[in-house]
Amino acid sequence: MDERFIELDRVEKVFDVRRKTGFLRRERREVRAVDSISFTVPRGEMVGYIGPNGAGKSTTIKMLTGILTPSGGRVRVAGIDPSRERTRLARRIGVVFGQRTTLWWDLPLIDSYRLMHRMYRIPDARYRENLDRCVELLELGDLLDVPVRQLSLGQRMRGDIAAALLHDPEVLYLDEPTIGLDVISKAKVRAFLKDLNTERGTTVLLTTHDLQDIEQLCRRVMVIDHGRLMYDGPLTGLHEVGESERTLVVDLERELPPIEAAPARVVRVEGPRQWLAFPASESAAPLVARIASEYPLVDLSVREPDIEAVIAQMYAQQAERVGEPGQSVS
Amino acid sequence: MADVDERPVARVTEEEPFGAYGPYSRLRDGLRAYRMIAAMWIRSTMAYRASFVMTAFGNFAATAFDFVAILLMFSQVDELGGFTLSEIALLYGTSAMAFGLADLMIGSMDRLGRRVRDGTLDTLLVRPAPVLAQVAADKFALRRLGRITQGAVILGYALTTLDIAWTPLKVLMLPMMVVSGGFIFGAVFVGGAAFQFVAQDASEVQNAFTYGGATLLQYPPALFAKDLLRGVTFVLPLAFVNWLPGLYVLGRPYPLDVPHWLAFAPPLVAVACCALAGAAWRAGLRSYRSTGS
Repeated sequence: MDERFIELDRVEKVFDVRRKTGFLRRERREVRAVDSISFTVPRGEMVGYIGPNGAGKSTTIKMLTGILTPSGGRVRVAGIDPSRERTRLARRIGVVFGQRTTLWWDLPLIDSYRLMHRMYRIPDARYRENLDRCVELLELGDLLDVPVRQLSLGQRMRGDIAAALLHDPEVLYLDEPTIGLDVISKAKVRAFLKDLNTERGTTVLLTTHDLQDIEQLCRRVMVIDHGRLMYDGPLTGLHEVGESERTLVVDLERELPPIEAAPARVVRVEGPRQWLAFPASESAAPLVARIASEYPLVDLSVREPDIEAVIAQMYAQQAERVGEPGQSVS
Repeated sequence: MADVDERPVARVTEEEPFGAYGPYSRLRDGLRAYRMIAAMWIRSTMAYRASFVMTAFGNFAATAFDFVAILLMFSQVDELGGFTLSEIALLYGTSAMAFGLADLMIGSMDRLGRRVRDGTLDTLLVRPAPVLAQVAADKFALRRLGRITQGAVILGYALTTLDIAWTPLKVLMLPMMVVSGGFIFGAVFVGGAAFQFVAQDASEVQNAFTYGGATLLQYPPALFAKDLLRGVTFVLPLAFVNWLPGLYVLGRPYPLDVPHWLAFAPPLVAVACCALAGAAWRAGLRSYRSTGS
């Protein structure tokens, strides 16, 4: 069971969308939010689940947590069918909805934790231990007695993550855990999740728009678009499949003709500043070294391709390949 | 499924105090969750003590105006639909207490539609407690005691001024009306909330039946059209909250031609309503889980 801790087998979710077309007339349309998705996640893995808005990410998470019943296929989490035994599964999973807090707005943070303690019937010693650990690693010590409404977004997110972990869940689902957070808060959240996964062996599935979340946390990434699994593998592979490019922004001492440094190519020049695109699978270090030795360099920075662009490119390619005769899409 | 892994998989079974999954354990879990969440809401309101005192008083005063309206009418006439002020006070008091009880316990269920729309219902669905209990305890507010208190005061007035030949049965009818009536109104709250799974903006429709129904019952049935009476007797059985049993206590006939024993039926009606509401709730939740919002 540990190898197939989370298991989806040709899972589908079809919604009936009704649209008003007249005063009383309504048009019914079937929307396949999730279209025959299969994957397994072994116990202890940390997986990134990405895709554009409306791709079916949240729908998948909702089926994995038992909120939604699949229209077809088979879902198992820790051997449990989530939609049939939702409350039994609830004690073994933790869920963090990035944009919806589960903390009690008007009460001190600690009160929300006490409620979890009682609602999940967590043994006292384990509760103490888990709370102390979360408080230390997520730096919540000074916040426990502060009403949640007075916390910053980053503090509240850390508080929410702690609340989802007090009952020792075996799986943690995070829906956009770093959305809207500043750089420092993001770093704290990521460091904590990494520790949780390596030290405690908690299986983590996170959806995000931030490629850096995935880069720093997940060895494996799954890309979903239009309800279909487009990619499942290591992040580096995604860059290759997507042929995405990173951008090197170079500030020179003065205006110069476009820099020549293959495989990078200049895509834009604006006075002394130049933008160079290079394959995301290449290391930036030799490129930077070469430019620094050949050109009068003032400053430079590397921009990561954003996930939407990578996916868009991947999607376009897939479509192209379908168009070519004699080639099949795998 | 062989677990060769050394990791403590067993910890789940050894610490699972929820072992039994019968209907009673669900009820027990539900009540337990309800108590915990209600307690959290009480603490939340106590964070704003002054506001609590003011809204509690406001609640008491606002509901009292209903009765002031009746008093004003009686300053012009001696009876209303053949009923004296004291008799109406009995109907008013029992209706207000029964409704107040349901309102206190699960009065915020009309917020369900909003929870469906903004997605916060999902956060309840991932908790190890029945969703109905969690939604019922939502926004639990002690200020709603105001309505019950006010109903009790008016019922007290009715009992001291009424000239009734009290029998043990008639005495017993009073608590029965309040409790059964509370459950009947409660069932309407739950049924209305279940409907909001399908139509998320139906909270006003629900309020028409709950608040509207409670106001209706504060007046004698003789004032209303026969069709309306049939509706609240046979379709949405609000008449069993206080009209049928109340008129028995007052020794007056019910305007519709119904068997006399119906005056004693409220507990049965309450049980039937709760069963129906429970079924509607389960159907609503099932539809939500299969369609999403």
